[in-house]
Amino acid sequence: MSKIFEELTRQAANTPKIPCREFINAKLGLVELDEEKTKLAEELSTVYRREAGTFECQIALCKGTGCHSSGEIALWQKIDEVLKEKGIRDKVNIVETGCRGFCEMGPLVEIFPQHIFYCKVKPENIEDIITKTVMNGQVIDELLFDGIPIAEQIPFYKKQVRRVLKESGHINPENINDSIVHDAYQGFLKATKMSPENVISMMKDSGLRGRGGGGFSTGLKWEFTRATPSEKKYIICNADEGDPGAFMDRSLLEGDPHKIIEGMMIAGYAIGADEGYIYVRAEYPLAIHRLEIAIAQCKEFGILGENVLGTGFNFNVKIKQGAGAFVCGEETALISSIEGKRGMPTVKPPFPSTSGLFGKPTSINNVETFANVPLILNNGVAWFRQVGTPKSAGTKVFAMTGKIRNTGLVEVPMGITLREIVFEIGGGLKDGAKFKAAQIGGPSGGCLTEEHLDMPLDYDSLQAAGAMVGSGGLVILDDKTCMVETARYFMSFTQNESCGKCIPCREGTGRMLEIMERIVIGKGKMEDIDLLEELAHTIKDASLCGLGKTAPNPVLSTLQYFHEEYLAHINDQRCPAGECASLRIFEIIPELCKGCSKCARICPNDAISGEIKKPYVIDQEKCIKCGACESACPFNAIKVG
Amino acid sequence: MTHQYMEVNNKKVEISGNEKNILEVVRNMGIEIPTFCYHSELSVYGACRMCMVEDERGNLVASCSLKPQAGMKIKTHTKKIMETRRMILELLLANHHQDCTTCEKSGNCKLQELAVNMGVKKVRFKPRKPWQDIDTSSASIVRDPNKCILCGDCVRMCSEVQGVGVLGFINRGPDINVVPAFDRPIADVDCVNCGQCVSICPTGALTIKDDTLKVWEAFSDPKKKVVVQIAPAVRVAIGEEFNHTEGANYLYKSVAALKMMGADYVFDTSFSADLTVVEEASEFLNRVVKGEKLPQFTSCCPGWVTYAEKNCPDLLSNLSSCKSPQQMFGAVFKKFFAKKMNIPTEDMYVVSVMPCTAKKFEADRPEMSTDSYQDVDAVITTVELARMIRKMGIKFEELEPASLDMPFGFSSGAGVIFGTSGGVAEAALRYASEKLTGETLNDVNFKEVRGLEGLKEATFNLQGKDIKLAVVSGLANTQQLIDKIRKKEVDYDFVEVMACPGGCIGGGGQPVPNTSESRQKRSKGLYDIDAKSTVKKSQNNPTIEKLYDEWLKSPNSDEAHYALHTHYGHKKRIGGMEIKDDENETTNEKIIISVCVGTNCYLKGSYDVLQELIGLAKEHGVEDKVEFKGTFCLENCSNGPSIKVSDDLHKYGLKKDETQKFFNNVVLPRVK
Repeated sequence: MSKIFEELTRQAANTPKIPCREFINAKLGLVELDEEKTKLAEELSTVYRREAGTFECQIALCKGTGCHSSGEIALWQKIDEVLKEKGIRDKVNIVETGCRGFCEMGPLVEIFPQHIFYCKVKPENIEDIITKTVMNGQVIDELLFDGIPIAEQIPFYKKQVRRVLKESGHINPENINDSIVHDAYQGFLKATKMSPENVISMMKDSGLRGRGGGGFSTGLKWEFTRATPSEKKYIICNADEGDPGAFMDRSLLEGDPHKIIEGMMIAGYAIGADEGYIYVRAEYPLAIHRLEIAIAQCKEFGILGENVLGTGFNFNVKIKQGAGAFVCGEETALISSIEGKRGMPTVKPPFPSTSGLFGKPTSINNVETFANVPLILNNGVAWFRQVGTPKSAGTKVFAMTGKIRNTGLVEVPMGITLREIVFEIGGGLKDGAKFKAAQIGGPSGGCLTEEHLDMPLDYDSLQAAGAMVGSGGLVILDDKTCMVETARYFMSFTQNESCGKCIPCREGTGRMLEIMERIVIGKGKMEDIDLLEELAHTIKDASLCGLGKTAPNPVLSTLQYFHEEYLAHINDQRCPAGECASLRIFEIIPELCKGCSKCARICPNDAISGEIKKPYVIDQEKCIKCGACESACPFNAIKVG
Repeated sequence: MTHQYMEVNNKKVEISGNEKNILEVVRNMGIEIPTFCYHSELSVYGACRMCMVEDERGNLVASCSLKPQAGMKIKTHTKKIMETRRMILELLLANHHQDCTTCEKSGNCKLQELAVNMGVKKVRFKPRKPWQDIDTSSASIVRDPNKCILCGDCVRMCSEVQGVGVLGFINRGPDINVVPAFDRPIADVDCVNCGQCVSICPTGALTIKDDTLKVWEAFSDPKKKVVVQIAPAVRVAIGEEFNHTEGANYLYKSVAALKMMGADYVFDTSFSADLTVVEEASEFLNRVVKGEKLPQFTSCCPGWVTYAEKNCPDLLSNLSSCKSPQQMFGAVFKKFFAKKMNIPTEDMYVVSVMPCTAKKFEADRPEMSTDSYQDVDAVITTVELARMIRKMGIKFEELEPASLDMPFGFSSGAGVIFGTSGGVAEAALRYASEKLTGETLNDVNFKEVRGLEGLKEATFNLQGKDIKLAVVSGLANTQQLIDKIRKKEVDYDFVEVMACPGGCIGGGGQPVPNTSESRQKRSKGLYDIDAKSTVKKSQNNPTIEKLYDEWLKSPNSDEAHYALHTHYGHKKRIGGMEIKDDENETTNEKIIISVCVGTNCYLKGSYDVLQELIGLAKEHGVEDKVEFKGTFCLENCSNGPSIKVSDDLHKYGLKKDETQKFFNNVVLPRVK
């Protein structure tokens, strides 16, 4: 053992949470280690990956919102308590990580060094976990997912290609050292050894496209912004995630904030900006908290500020909290919001690349886009293009919700089929229900049906099918879901979130919603369908910003694929999926009715009548479709259709 | 340079590169593309989506925000565009209070015009907005939110051109609305009544307060002697209401029309403008001699006076104390002419025809009275006079001109050019230079101060002394100038301010469109009248000379001061709104401590300070001797939290940790 290793380990051992500064400095290129030292440092980093070897065991708790809300906080306290009770608190490290994505099965707990992955852990399981797994290395079968002890072996993770989410859920996002050991800022250091133009052409070659919805080439966006001459330029990270059900940006910010900051720094270097804003929703307090910590730690390490890591490049990052207007995810509205104006879109041109924040050239990219940037710098264009399709390279994170077994966050190669996502990663539909459609791309997206199950999911194929990648919201619907009602829901969302500036969106979406509301209660007319289409085209063609231009998509797409459902609502006053409450028909099956009169007594509108011990009847004229009879009947004699 | 072309409707069009947008290129070709929210003098807003054109790929693009480029190919009236425009109009109409037959704006309403032109035959949607109250609080402007199409023109006009920014959007999406500051009635906010918002409003959402009924009533009252004055800027604009050439002089036809309606006397406000010149220029010369209260600001524009009272209390003493020509006219007639003609003052009814909406407010001001009679009884605008003419069925175009009544119908060219920016300054120069040099001024044209630029500066050497002048129009320009004056970056002796761009010719009561082109023509019209006039200097107006001989004695005499001058006061920008902290009745012995809880002070912790002070009062057992109030804005936002003790003591920037000290040193001694 050479002295340096002793020294390194001594430092590391003394401060188990902070590996020796020399190693970190070497990683950041601030000191040079000779060959021997480098080797030792590498070894030490492996040691550090096991939390510097001082702990015998580590318990990683997922602190993503899903797990957090299903009881993670109680687990932490309980673990701490039990460990103290057993007198082994100093030997076990507890880490709260970012989202692991497998939210349906939360709270998730992983035990190191064995890498045992427990699902749906409750406080009462903790005693067992500690005595059996932590102290004796035994696996508790009941807490495993389908009996599989290692996370990576679970089908949910197996099919995924976790690139941007690689560290998320594994590192401690509140400790910069952890990130640096995991190669954070290496991409930036590589970038600074290249010319900005080369960085941009590398981005162009990689084929990275905006992950926020537009799918515009990131390299081109940077090129335009670089090409506009100005003393001052800005980088904005768009973290105003607003699609219902989408939470990939939040998970990234919570799980791996340094990746985003690094992506912004590389962008800043490439376009010649020295200031960046992260526009994040105020409803994401944990993301904001962790970003604040990350920024503070970066400043401490000289990663942000003047002359970053001795490269001569200056960069600062500010956090701007958004008040939660959906339209502020639109770049010009977002800029207005940062400037302190009403969060309303402005006309384009001028585009932000020529006149953006405070009138200066600005490049706005999404969180996930920034997260991809350091990876490309670090691993090269060829590596990046290994997955995905030629026109949609790399991976995409989807937030999978709805009637699917494994809801959660999945990172998959672009071009994967819907079938693989739904049936392999997602584990099929809940309760074995039949797949009906996938609503993709949030309120601006469209529907994919059974016929699209084998279509590759990439920017262009989705667009051709009338849907979009969007920010990556993926809602799986089964045959009990009414598509008209689904479209109505999204319409009401966009109508609520319309900023009210341009006429087609403000007035038009309201009128479309009005019609949709009419149809789901069976009051629609045939000419309503034409009017819906007429309105939809005006709104799409004439709206000022992307919100309006895409707002009619859910209606248009369901009209295209589920036309007959609309017709059933309009012509027969019937909801084929049985979801629209006002169109349900309650009937008593005479064979099953024992004539107990329970239903007649509970009916609030006296719509049920009959003689005791003989089958009762529901007067359809009087029935208000409340469903009280259905839940009251002890013999399941009430049929709902 | 090589010529550059683009294609519009398959036709090659040369572009110079100076066009602001495609809209301009197309309009220059003689094709009208409809717009609601585009105005060349305002920023591009892009909300109405009426100006969309189709590009080569079949996409619709807004022509107001797109720069023309060589090789671009667009179409302006394809099926897709026409359908889109028609649908937009249908959507707007569905939410619009369609009382077109009784609407003030009918005939001048852009929504109505376009709905007809675009062939909107049926509205397939029901109204969705609940009824909103009509705001009639202002003396000048009526706001009917039920007719607002939310194009934001008034918002941008008020903030960009006028710098007042009293109108703004509230709420979002379907609930969005345009309202005055803090959603208060217009009369309670810092509106200066300039009426530019009315001028630009495409529908009947903002209209001029109608005072024509008052005038009809006076005309039909046999006891009343109705004296009408017509302001200079009216004569060159009223023709536009009857499709006549812009800028031509229709004074004498207007006189004839008013006489037909029942006016007993019709005079020219230019006469009292001459009087104003003599008074104001004399006042200026006095100030120059004494070297005080300079620069002297003009005071004939009521929009500017209100603006100054609310925003520039430090400059109020620099304002000329002269009443405006409108008010001087009223004072002369009620005090002098009435006596001379043996008309009891209460029977004399003075009506002004003005290009201006703020004149309505000015006439109502309590300061604007002489011997307890308001100087002016009713003010109608150019547009209202035109409406009266139509109402009476007078065929304006066929009307034989009639002459003004004498002797006050006589005015100088100097009094006429009052109606355009630079006119007051030029008229004053024509007077001051003769007074200073003692020599007859031969070349009366001071061209340096002419033109419609927002700010004009000139220096004239009069009798060895350099007189530095600034002429500014538009309140946003004015505020910029004031900022520079305050910072001492510039230095003037005389500043002419007109609230409306281009002066009175561009007033809020003028016919629409009230654009820079029409202002240009109206301005030229006034200078033409001046050029043709026999008397070009106010001091040479024989009626003015007579008036001083018979009544006023000399300029700025006590008599003149009593009838023709006024005073100003610092006014709150937002009226009222004091929040009582507790329900205790106020007694006179109590010390009232007001803590501002306006947004800025609140954010700086004023509420905590208020709570702290209340706590301290209780602690010291003096809560019955002190009354705490959370007040609305004390208008010292940047130095907040602002605190006022008994109206006479202000403390700014009181931090929470200094409250104890403040209470002990300031409040306690007063209590004891």
